[in-house]
Amino acid sequence: MENVIELVHLQKQFGDHKVLEDINFSVRKGETVSIIGSSGSGKSTMLRCINLLETPTGGEILFHGENVETSPMGVSQYRAKVGMVFQSFNLFNNMTVIENCMVGQTQVLKRDKATAKEIAMQYLEKVGMTPYINAKPRQLSGGQKQRVAIARALAMDPEVILFDEPTSALDPEMVGEVLTVMKQLSESGMTMLVVTHEMAFAKNVSDRVIFMSDGIILEEGTPQDIFDNPKNQRTKEFVGRDGSF
Amino acid sequence: MEFLTDVGNIFLKYYPQLLQGVGNTLLISLIGTVAGLVIGLLTGIIRTAPTSKNKFISVLHKIVNGIIAVYVEVFRGTPMMVQAMVIYWGYAFATGGSTLPLIPSGILIVSINTGAYMAEIVRGGIISIDKGQFEGAMSIGMTHSQTMFRVVLPQVIRNILPSVSNEFVINIKDTSVLNVIGVTELYYFAGIIKRMNFQIFQTYLVVCVLYFVMTFSITLLLRFLEKKLDGKENYTIFGSQTNPAAEIRFDKGDK
Repeated sequence: MENVIELVHLQKQFGDHKVLEDINFSVRKGETVSIIGSSGSGKSTMLRCINLLETPTGGEILFHGENVETSPMGVSQYRAKVGMVFQSFNLFNNMTVIENCMVGQTQVLKRDKATAKEIAMQYLEKVGMTPYINAKPRQLSGGQKQRVAIARALAMDPEVILFDEPTSALDPEMVGEVLTVMKQLSESGMTMLVVTHEMAFAKNVSDRVIFMSDGIILEEGTPQDIFDNPKNQRTKEFVGRDGSF
Repeated sequence: MEFLTDVGNIFLKYYPQLLQGVGNTLLISLIGTVAGLVIGLLTGIIRTAPTSKNKFISVLHKIVNGIIAVYVEVFRGTPMMVQAMVIYWGYAFATGGSTLPLIPSGILIVSINTGAYMAEIVRGGIISIDKGQFEGAMSIGMTHSQTMFRVVLPQVIRNILPSVSNEFVINIKDTSVLNVIGVTELYYFAGIIKRMNFQIFQTYLVVCVLYFVMTFSITLLLRFLEKKLDGKENYTIFGSQTNPAAEIRFDKGDK
């Protein structure tokens, strides 16, 4: 299968602090890759680098083999192809649900309004948010906001979607509704890169799991490799905790 | 009783002058506030724009930022009454005696002065918008200017409306200092009326009431506008059976 995204010796430094040391990995088309690891291990920074929300300080990010920072496509069009779902939703507060899902289509993809509306409705239906198209973000619950955020990303017809701890800001009851949508999305063949603390999701939904620690990838493999048969001592400790105390 | 008759007579006798004064005061402060807001938005957009990769634009940006900083500090740091004298007579000095028409001069002075305050208000408004709003827009490929005009500024304008309304009220009162260059606003006419009837207290009491009526009406009007901009607290469920009119709504101005 073709590599959609490839990271080659990716590094990120904030001042003297090295957050990402030397990251190498690739995501194939249709794959769901979960990135796990403790807080501060660089998972989110790596994801933000892929979308160029953070500028890498070394190495390359390749999109279909082409360096995204120097690509003639331009950063905007690249970002349109790489969707992102945030922990804090980041829906536009001044727009209704449907407008949130349309503005990128009309502004970036230059779709006409009717088409944009149709596509937005289609994805809002997929995430079960059609009744709320006229609501403003402040009128929605966290789980509903996150589902709209997923629809907003999908409406751009991205080739891959990055999820940055999409359920971390949600209460336990709402985590389920978001994970269900993500699971369906994964099954439909969407390429997904998910930074998550939901071990059950990483184990049951993803095709591949990456374990990060202190800015490097310590271990990479199938969910069975990582969860049932971890080789690295740190990985063992991390996945070995059963959550009880 | 005689006092009340005096006050009443001032209204009756001098209402054309008083009305003209009120009209000019409102005109100068309204245009001044709106122009000041435009200056504030422009400078706010420029000052919060990301550094360009192009060397020339980046240097130019720094220079413009410097000019804006000087402008803001100078006009916030000196009295508007003095600014009025300096600009009005400075023009006369530079042109060897010709002067600008008075009302436009007044509007110009109030605009520049308000712009300096608005620049800071808008900058504060832009900074206070959650970083997530920018990132959300960037993540779907929107450019900085698309993000600004579609996402950030609509929220900034809503958030700074109370400050804008405050500036408007201040301007209604502060246009009174323009009488130093002879602008025919309300305070200027008060001086004329006082000299004709020698009823100093009664005259200024009338003027006082007129100023308050203006400022209070503006406060109420802008508060109403704020409520209007916030929209309805509830929303219509799409496809609702109980509301056959339920359908997709678009905000006005959204094409």
